This record gives sequence, C-alpha cells and structure tokens, in this order.
Amino acid sequence: MPIKTRMSGNEAVAHAIKQINPDVMPAFPITPSTEIPQFVASMIANGEIDTEFIPVESEHSAMSAAMGASAAGARAVTATSSCGMALMWEVLYVAASSRLPIVMALVNRGLTGPLNINAEHSDSMGARDSGWIQIYAENNQEVYDNFLQAHRIAEHKDVRLPVMICQDGFITSHAVQNITLWEDQAIRDFVGEYQPEHYLLREDEAMAVGPYALSPYCMEAKKAQAEAMKRAKQVILDVADGFEKITGRHYGLFEEYRLEDAEYAVVAMGSVCGTVKDAVDAMREQGRKVGLLKLRVFRPFPGREIGAALRHCKAIAIMDRSESYSSQGGPLGAEVTAALYRAKASAETVNIMYGLSGRDVRVEEIRGIFEELEKLAAGEVSYPEYPYLGLRDGTEDLLNR
Amino acid sequence: MRHLTEIRWHGRGGQGAKTAALLLADVAFQAGKQVQGFPEYGPERMGAPITAYDRISDREIRVHSNIYEPDFVAVVDDTLLHTVDVTAGLKEDGGILINTVKSGEEILPLLKGYAGKVWLLDARKVCAATLGKYFPNTPMLAAMVKISGVMDIPVFLREMETSLQHKFARKPEVLEGNLKALRVALEEVTECV
Repeated sequence: MPIKTRMSGNEAVAHAIKQINPDVMPAFPITPSTEIPQFVASMIANGEIDTEFIPVESEHSAMSAAMGASAAGARAVTATSSCGMALMWEVLYVAASSRLPIVMALVNRGLTGPLNINAEHSDSMGARDSGWIQIYAENNQEVYDNFLQAHRIAEHKDVRLPVMICQDGFITSHAVQNITLWEDQAIRDFVGEYQPEHYLLREDEAMAVGPYALSPYCMEAKKAQAEAMKRAKQVILDVADGFEKITGRHYGLFEEYRLEDAEYAVVAMGSVCGTVKDAVDAMREQGRKVGLLKLRVFRPFPGREIGAALRHCKAIAIMDRSESYSSQGGPLGAEVTAALYRAKASAETVNIMYGLSGRDVRVEEIRGIFEELEKLAAGEVSYPEYPYLGLRDGTEDLLNR
Repeated sequence: MRHLTEIRWHGRGGQGAKTAALLLADVAFQAGKQVQGFPEYGPERMGAPITAYDRISDREIRVHSNIYEPDFVAVVDDTLLHTVDVTAGLKEDGGILINTVKSGEEILPLLKGYAGKVWLLDARKVCAATLGKYFPNTPMLAAMVKISGVMDIPVFLREMETSLQHKFARKPEVLEGNLKALRVALEEVTECV
C-alpha cells in the first residue's frame, strides 16, 4: 500500500534504512549528509530498529568498520559526503575488491577547494574508478527507491560489489517534497534477509579477506571484479523489475524523457534533470524536438545502451557537475562521447560544465542550451572547448559570449 | 487562484526563516498540495543572511532551481532591507510581508519603488503577547498564509493544531501559546496603504 507523505531526501534515506533495519551502521558526520546518521541514531535510541550504530572517529574508520562488519557476514550501511568520502578513499577500493556488498548513502557535495558545502559531483566522480556501483537520483522519491534496491543489487551472487546511492547535496537532501512510501512489510519482503555465502564468522569455512595477492593471481582478481561490474547491469534491471511489480515505479539504467523523436538532447544526472524536464515540456509546446537522457546508473556505465538511445540525435549537450581539470571536459562528457563514437553516431556534441559548488541552474538556461544545440547542428556555432554554464563573467559563459 | 505559488523567505541564521518555509510546505501538503520547501545556505553561522523557498502547486513540482520571480516575499528581519535586495524579481501582482516595529512611512522608501502590496507585522509584539519568547517564524507563517491565499485559513489552523500537537507532545503547555500566536498574527498583519 502506498503511503503519501512529504519529506526531505535525507529523511527519505533514513526512512529506507529504518525499513531495511541493517545489522551495522558506522558513520561520521559531515554536511550535508549529517542528518542521515542523526535520524538513524534516533530510531535506534527509540527502539524502532536494532541496527548496531558505531560512532567512529573518522570516515576512514567508518568505511573500515563497514568492511569489517560486511566481511563478518553482516549487512552494513554508511553515509557521507565530499571530503568525508575522500578520507575513505583507500578503503573504498579495498571494500570493492574484497567484494563486500556495503551500501553507502552519498550526499554529493564538492571536494574542497575553495571550501564549499554545496552540490557537486566531484566526490563520487573522483571515486568512479574505485569499483563501486553508482546510482543517481533526481529527487527524494528516487533516492528512497534507489536505496531500497541497493542491497538486492550489491548482495546478488553475480555481483557482490558495494553500491553508492547518490543524491545532490541540499538541492534534494534538504528539500521537503511530496513522496510516496511503501509499508514496512512490503519493503522487508522485497529487500529480504541477507544470507551471505562466504563470511568470516562462518565456523565451517576458513577464509581470509583482503590478503596480499601475488602477481600471478592479482590480475585475475581484477578481471573477475570487472566481470562482476559488467554483470551488475542485468541485475540492476532485474531488481528494478521486481521493484516495479510492488510499487508501479519504473527504473532502468537511464530514463529517456521525450527522447524517442528528439533531434536535440541533453544528457545529465541528478536534480538538474527535473529542471531539464520543465524546459523540454515548454519547448515541445512550441514544436521543438528536444529531449533528455537522464543517466541513473553511472557505474556500470551503460555505454552501448546510451549510444543506441542517442544515435538519431543531431546535437547533444552532455552536462557535467564535476571539473576534472583534464582541459577537455568532465567525466560524463568523456564517457558519453566515447559511447557515441562506438555507436557510430554522427551527432555534434558539446560538454557543458554546470552547477559547480551548488551554482543554481534555471529552466531558462536549459532552454538556452537547446537553442545552442540547434545552432550547433546548423553549423552556426562550434565548441572546440567545453563551455561553462552560469558563470558571472559573461565573456566566459556559454550563453553570454 | 494560481496553479503555482512561489514564495521566498529572507531571514538571518537562527531566526527560523528556514523552519517557517518548511512548516509552510508541511501544512500545504496537509491541505492536499504538491510542495517543495528548501533552504539556501550562505555562511553557516548565526545572524548571517539566509534565504529559503516554497513552491506550492496543484501539479507535480520537478524544477530544482531557486526562485527568482516570487509571487510573495517574507522578510523575517527588517535590518535585511538595508543590505539584501528583497524585492528582486518580486511580481507586482503579489506582495511582500515584513516583520517590523516600524511604520509604513519608514519601510516603504526601503523597497526600491516596489509597486505591489506591502504587509507589515510586528511579530515581536505578537510573540510577547502569546509565547513570552521571540520566535518570529510562527506569526510570520500565519501572516504569509493569509496574504498569499495558498490555503483556506480554517484548514490552515486545523492542520497547524494537529502538527503542533504532534511536535509539542511532550510540552503541551506551549501548544496553546503557539495557536494563539497564529490567530493573533492573522488579525495583526496589516496592509500598508
């Protein structure tokens, strides 16, 4: 039974954790994810769930404790943001390569500096090669739904990889919006009991977690991990199907919004996608053929599927909320462009840097991007470099040159 | 009535402008609306100017940007009138609500020629008479509901009573004062002509 209520993105994650009632949650506070461990600690104190909360002295310890718990056979979750996840860095790789199905709520915030607390994807993008599955949300509803699907994906025998459930700091984490929840029993039945196969506390099976691997074995381990990431794609789709059967809410690797006959497309992730949808609807009313590809799953990267979905477009803007200082664009730009090349697409592309450190994005600006795409396809403009959107210095800004 | 009402709150950290915005979203949800209430933080410290926003609609809200052309603005601290452009983008068929002890003659010259409606409320006086403590967000919330018309006043009072009963379950003695603050603010808020 659906329960219609309203809550923030952080409350939505905490509510999901309450319904899942994981075994262990080690966490260290950092804005803007602090509320999540706060809410969960209150639920434990009130006797609503019996999760073991471990107050640790740093995020490095939080991820280490999550690893220990997961290796022992427990279902472990944590939450963090920005520099907090940066302090986990070393352990993120160890967790993934040890094939531990930890679930982390990441409330995206830019890495310092300059020091800033607002939304940016530089934290998760920095960890894009760490071996974690990454799933992004447009709003509070999606972050709730994604979190409920995370354990099923992470713990699946074909996968056994940690999962990061991402949402934009403040923009969704602190925004109260309408949301539809589902009753506890339906969620518990969907998520199920965790039944690990190999774990340290199993008496009849001696095993080691994270030992030194000599060169004759280490590369094979990495290949096996890469294969698990590839298999995760199908598992993510299967889990989404099961979720849809209960809730009626459909999820894929990405969402195609009015994309089928679109000549001009925006590719983006996270909260900006809601703003893009409003721009798409307004321009469709004028008869303009515009659409959105909203990427939900960044790791594993669905390159083949993205290439197929965008192949018919004339011009595509790929939006990055993370500067990689590569001097030729951001991570989403690089990977989507590569996917288009492999799909033998002929579309013109432009990689746009937007929303850094929480810089706001308006519907009018997205409409401006679609207008630029029309000019790009007509050969009236070109983008040898990657432009910034929304800069105060007009001479450097995409729409004010 | 508008399909979408957009409201911008200006306050200082610690005065409850964010709380007022979230409370308004909450009570509008109770009245059956689609809502979005969110803060925009500057420096994280008491007294720094902060902005908070509400979207209240009959339709799904998808946009995630700040509000640049609000229908209504609330100013929780009148010292902000000297430093923040509170009427920026404010629609002239909307209005601005200011918490102040000052008169219209003193306030109007600070509004840069804004031609829409201006409402004043002395929230300090309301708080002194009803709460015994200065929490301007409670009276400002009631006044904003009245001037914006986002919901019927009896529905607002009924839903606030329910949510305050829940919020103050362990402090029932403050419930009556809060309800009285809402009612007094509805009477005290005055249009500046």
